[in-house]
Amino acid sequence: MKFTLEIWRQFEDSEEGRFETFKVDGINPDASFLEMLDQLNERLSHEKKRTIAFDSDCREGICGACSLVIDGTPHGPQQVTSCQTYMRDFIDGQTIKVEPFRANTFPVIRDLAVDRGALDRVIQAGGYISTTTGPQPEPNSMPVSPEIQERAMDAAICIGCGACVAACPNGAAMLFTGAKVTHLNILPQGQPERESRVIGMVEQMDQEGFGGCTNYGECSRVCPQEISIDVIGMLNREYRKAKMSKKPKPDRAMTTQ
Amino acid sequence: MIEYWRSTIGKKQIVAITGAILIGYLILHMLGNLNSAFGPGGDQPRVDWYSHWLRDFGEPLLPHAFVLWAVRVLLLSALVVHITGIAQLVKRNREARPADFPARRIGRSIESIAMLGTGSLLLAFIVFHILQFTTLTIDITPLEHGDVYANLYYAFQKWYFVVIYLAALILVGMHLRHGAWSLLQTLGLDSPSRNAKLRHGATALVLVIVLGFASVPILFFTDVLDPPRTEAVVTALSGVFA
Repeated sequence: MKFTLEIWRQFEDSEEGRFETFKVDGINPDASFLEMLDQLNERLSHEKKRTIAFDSDCREGICGACSLVIDGTPHGPQQVTSCQTYMRDFIDGQTIKVEPFRANTFPVIRDLAVDRGALDRVIQAGGYISTTTGPQPEPNSMPVSPEIQERAMDAAICIGCGACVAACPNGAAMLFTGAKVTHLNILPQGQPERESRVIGMVEQMDQEGFGGCTNYGECSRVCPQEISIDVIGMLNREYRKAKMSKKPKPDRAMTTQ
Repeated sequence: MIEYWRSTIGKKQIVAITGAILIGYLILHMLGNLNSAFGPGGDQPRVDWYSHWLRDFGEPLLPHAFVLWAVRVLLLSALVVHITGIAQLVKRNREARPADFPARRIGRSIESIAMLGTGSLLLAFIVFHILQFTTLTIDITPLEHGDVYANLYYAFQKWYFVVIYLAALILVGMHLRHGAWSLLQTLGLDSPSRNAKLRHGATALVLVIVLGFASVPILFFTDVLDPPRTEAVVTALSGVFA
């Protein structure tokens, strides 16, 4: 298969970016989008030209490192991660536009690679549970019903790729934060920090400069893990309840020691 | 409260609550309007009687028109908070994305995209509506204080007023089709199992509001409702000036 690629080139965040056109030929239909870029990079490296920078790690759709916007849609047309998008899903000879995730909270590192540290800082502000080391507790002392377990796991499958932020017209991280809050706040292990978690994470989200939710639902439509915007309703509810609660709470969620 | 207003979620929730207040008022307003469908009546059109009741409501415990003014103040404050909150949120949302690269539309609804546009046009309409039927400043058709039925009748004989009001109702429908459901999500009142019902319920509510309002200009324009009686006008006027 052959394709014309319009790829975003930007040496660093302060520099202005532009699209550069490349032609690739002899692409296996079963090659993933990233393997196709690898082939192009090999050629560029032979030609002693600067290769295209992009993020990838596991290449099996579970790590959340890859972050391409393919023809305007984060991760491409199939609602799977960029690495699980295959060239057979495109038409032979097609022109494909490849961009980095677009959000002011995700500064471009180089070309297609962006810095998603803002999401890590949201996690640091409450996306964890405190637990003690020592003897294992008796498992039956903490029963979890299958329904709760399923709901928690449906949210916990978030791989933190940030496609929701890239798809949101407001650059909001509500689906990401909602998934984390839903996952931890409905399980018994997450109860001690239930309120400080949601307040801490929302404050951090605001501080990072993410936008707010207007219930467009585009985040859910690109999420490779198909997380529903129900988690945003949960986040809104948890935030409201935590703010209205009269229980004493620490100024912030506990910080890492 | 100030802290709540500062956070994006808190601010959006306050916008949602003020929106809910405005929707609540729209329902009462629509029910009140339907009084005009009873026609010119015998001594006094029912809608005139209703409008006098609105002013007398709460008397003698409260001063004349006190409740009416209390509601007006509440609505105006709700509207101001609603618009201020949204203006700040829109600014924040725009700053969160590079301006040259708007997010591609994958599946978001026309109503949700048009919220800012329908909202701004509705604000303009509300100003026009108050100037016409509350302060009677826009008096192209003869308008008299307290003479609600006659005012409505003559205004809605003009096709352009019918068009303006029906167009405004399309805006209301679009704004609420997204807003009525969205506010439940924003306040976190939904749950996965209830979500579909809430969404359809919100659409049904909007349909009732829009059709209820639309029936009044249509009934007047199509002459289903009789012209006001002159004696009724006299009675109503004497009621006002007594």
